[in-house]
Amino acid sequence: MSQIKQFFPRQVVDAGGNRWDWVLLPMVLGLLVLLAYGGQQMATPYQVGETIPLSLEPDNLPYYLLRTTLRMFIALGASMVFSCIFAALTTKYRAAEKVLVPILDILQSIPVLGFLSITVTAFIALFPGNLLGVECAAIFAIFTSQAWNMAFSAYQGFRTVPAELKEAARVFKLSGWQTFWRLELPFAMPGLLWNMMMSMSGGWFFVVASEAISVSNQNIKLPGIGSYIALAIEQSNLHAIGWAIGAMLIGVILYDQLFFRPLLAWADKFRFEESGGETAQGSWLLAWLRRTDRLQGLVAWFGILFERSFGVFRLRYDGTSIRARPQTASSTPERIWDAVIAAVVFYALWTLIHFVHTEVGWSEVGRVFMLGCYTMLRVVVLIFLAALVWIPVGVWIGMNPKLSERAQAAIQFLAAFPANLMFPVAVVVLVKFHLNPDIWLSPLMILGTQWYLLFNVIAGASTIPTELRYAAQNFGLRGWLKWRRYLLPAIFPSFVTGAITASGGSWNASIVAEYVTWGDTTLKAHGLGSYIAEMTAVGDFPRIALGIGVMCVFVMSFNHFVWRRLYRMAENRLHF
Amino acid sequence: MTTPIIELKSVGKSFRSADGKARSVLEGVDFVLNEGEIVALLGQSGSGKSTMLRLMAGLIAADDGQVLYHGLPLYGPADGISMVFQSFALFPWLTVQKNVELGLEAKGVPPKEREERAEAAIELIGLSGFEGALPRELSGGMRQRVGIARALVLEPEVLLMDEAFSALDVLTGERLREDILDLWQSGQISTKAILVVSHNIEEAVMMADRVLVFASDPGRVRDELAVTLPRPRQVAGTEVRKLIDDVYGLMTGGSLRQGQISAKEVKLQLGDRLPDADIARMEGILEVLAEAPFLGRADLPKLAEETGLTDEELLDAAKALTLLGFAILDGGDIMLTPLGSQYVHTEQVQQHDLFGQQVLENVPLVAYIRHGLEQDPSGDLHQDLFLRLLRFTLDAEDAASALRIAIEWGRYGNLFEYIYTTGVIHLPRDEEATQT
Repeated sequence: MSQIKQFFPRQVVDAGGNRWDWVLLPMVLGLLVLLAYGGQQMATPYQVGETIPLSLEPDNLPYYLLRTTLRMFIALGASMVFSCIFAALTTKYRAAEKVLVPILDILQSIPVLGFLSITVTAFIALFPGNLLGVECAAIFAIFTSQAWNMAFSAYQGFRTVPAELKEAARVFKLSGWQTFWRLELPFAMPGLLWNMMMSMSGGWFFVVASEAISVSNQNIKLPGIGSYIALAIEQSNLHAIGWAIGAMLIGVILYDQLFFRPLLAWADKFRFEESGGETAQGSWLLAWLRRTDRLQGLVAWFGILFERSFGVFRLRYDGTSIRARPQTASSTPERIWDAVIAAVVFYALWTLIHFVHTEVGWSEVGRVFMLGCYTMLRVVVLIFLAALVWIPVGVWIGMNPKLSERAQAAIQFLAAFPANLMFPVAVVVLVKFHLNPDIWLSPLMILGTQWYLLFNVIAGASTIPTELRYAAQNFGLRGWLKWRRYLLPAIFPSFVTGAITASGGSWNASIVAEYVTWGDTTLKAHGLGSYIAEMTAVGDFPRIALGIGVMCVFVMSFNHFVWRRLYRMAENRLHF
Repeated sequence: MTTPIIELKSVGKSFRSADGKARSVLEGVDFVLNEGEIVALLGQSGSGKSTMLRLMAGLIAADDGQVLYHGLPLYGPADGISMVFQSFALFPWLTVQKNVELGLEAKGVPPKEREERAEAAIELIGLSGFEGALPRELSGGMRQRVGIARALVLEPEVLLMDEAFSALDVLTGERLREDILDLWQSGQISTKAILVVSHNIEEAVMMADRVLVFASDPGRVRDELAVTLPRPRQVAGTEVRKLIDDVYGLMTGGSLRQGQISAKEVKLQLGDRLPDADIARMEGILEVLAEAPFLGRADLPKLAEETGLTDEELLDAAKALTLLGFAILDGGDIMLTPLGSQYVHTEQVQQHDLFGQQVLENVPLVAYIRHGLEQDPSGDLHQDLFLRLLRFTLDAEDAASALRIAIEWGRYGNLFEYIYTTGVIHLPRDEEATQT
């Protein structure tokens, strides 16, 4: 009674993978081809002064989308690396923290265009005769719109690692390298990813300015969506703008579905709250990837390879060794360091005063400060108006759990959508009805950033404890009293968080929003943003520097004197 | 014939207070951890027992004296010393298996060996089947088992346990404690000595060969008690009950030899720490104490059982009651004073006044605040003034807690009022009106 068995050769039986692998294969290969093609196009020969052929044909849009997306992801990768290094340095060395954190605070309030005008020539000189230099300048500009908030979030994350976990890492003798990968980075990951998504939206906003470089008398348009839009604006082609909006829409959906969703779902395991709590983000792509066989094996293999580095970079002595002996703390190097910092700051101040005195004159400074006040007025009024509109809406949505889940996804999408695409429409309307640009250009500033407000209010309203809701119902709270005693205090902390982001974004957007062109028409509102935009177009370095400096002062003092206080108040008193 | 493993020689540790001077948390501590023993450190919060554990773990360095490991100075975490943490300190993004492997990975043990050793440790502690789980899927007791497996997998010579059972419910804590004692007793683990920091008296008596009782301000070893009973010990056994009684006596300030309350402990100074006792809890204890079966005098362990309070809560409340003159402690017993029984039998409104009067008389900090308010023409002062004063003698956390307690007591006793949002302390409004 022997059964006939067929034996296939091993290669056929385990030829590899399951059906999930096979379906995924073309996708991966396609992606690789696209990457290679885009990468190759970035490094073509180029002489300064040449114009790169661009056309408004919609057929070209997929290619432009590829180029733009590639740039943004390179910048995002660079921001990620920068954030990690920044956080590691500042949390490990006190001396580095003293210098780097204030510097980042300043860099953060410098508008994106400012960086571009200063660095573009240097980047072009770096790769003579090649497009790579210009590409680098564009990528750098995108990087500057993404990196700072990510770096701060990583720094915050690294600093707030719970003391007991740090002790555990020390007791089990993890080396610096091991602690970084096993403890600090995972702990900071959720915040970092969240900021990464916000950064991506920020990057889209400035993609026009970064790709169509028209600063310091350069006029280069790199192939990409941003340049396409810039060209459409020059030629006042409303149809092309429509096509660009469509392409961007597709781009935003693609990277949301293929990149951020899977990443967020994957990063759910880094959530620190040990209790289960809210449900995780789902992602069809991640579910798919997790069902593959070969790909999983490949990833695991890379993981093992990487973990080998833990064996290399490990502590080779323990607490009984003389090497673990703490150095007798001497305060002299620290004092010297403080003195050096103070000297540099004084020198910089002196140079600044000298510079202002000789190059622009004090009356100009006064004028620019006045312009800053105009812009500040706009920001304050707009935040107030946006709050009037979005707080009731946000509370209403937030209290309906079913609605809020769907609304959150939609709003995230709206926030990612570059509001500056709506600017041409605004210009057409303003010109047609002869409206005053000083007033009617202002709403453009908050067009893109108001969503943070709404988003946070929804989040705040949805976390109001159910018991409190019942209590409010039970006491029959109504009308203004209900808002004043119950709803407003309940959402205040999350409102402040949203308002901080919205106001920061509005300042940055003022450069684009106060100075809008459409074909030959240029509309200008009086304000600091339009001043910087104008000077950038002309390439007047001293005045760009002045404008940027003043904006820094405004943004930083606004943050320090208004938002930080409100935030602390919210933190101390108004929470559950 | 005992071999010392870790020795502390007149070790001191201090922190910097507001005026830049050093205030000691731990002073002149001599201690030897010998091979083959379990030692428990008991003491109220702030008595430096956790600091001592961290000194031995190599996590902090001593300011004075020496920490020796096998006769050699210890500068940092050593290979043979492992630790279990109060709130587990598991890495939530790593699976149980990876968490247990952590220390081995750091040492550079090859993956294959690492896996086998971790699996063995997980099995030993009774968690097999959960290797792939994330910590958030586990209950508190199981998480602490992971924490213990993570420490044991390194085959440590010394195991340090920092209130390892206090975050667990009573039953789970007891189970885990017994499991560890079984492992220790049966010689399944290579650990040669265990040091337990605890504020649960029963736990200390059940586990340890020696119990060290810490005193605070500055932290020092006040008394030492040898427990020679064979293991496993019965909680209900008379010897154990007697020991628990003795330790309660030691903890409440009396010394076994005198059976007296030393004067220094009771009379409070302006800059001293205040016992963290809830007023409702204090009143509850007074009431229970006045009724049958206690009728004015109770054995502390029995009272703990009756009220369901933890040792720490009960001892803090008892300390506060003696401080205010409502009760006195004698050995392991607490007795109601005449004032205490008067308090129980008066009306609610008069209770507040009586409480206020006692607080004013016995708590210098409250008296000082009240005095300041009366002197001040506006009748209100900011809390930061007092906080800064306390920072001369206490660290930030203790200063804040002392002020919080003083304010709570003063408010309850109608001595002053306090506005949380502005941090201002002021005289009661009705009194202010009469004053002007």
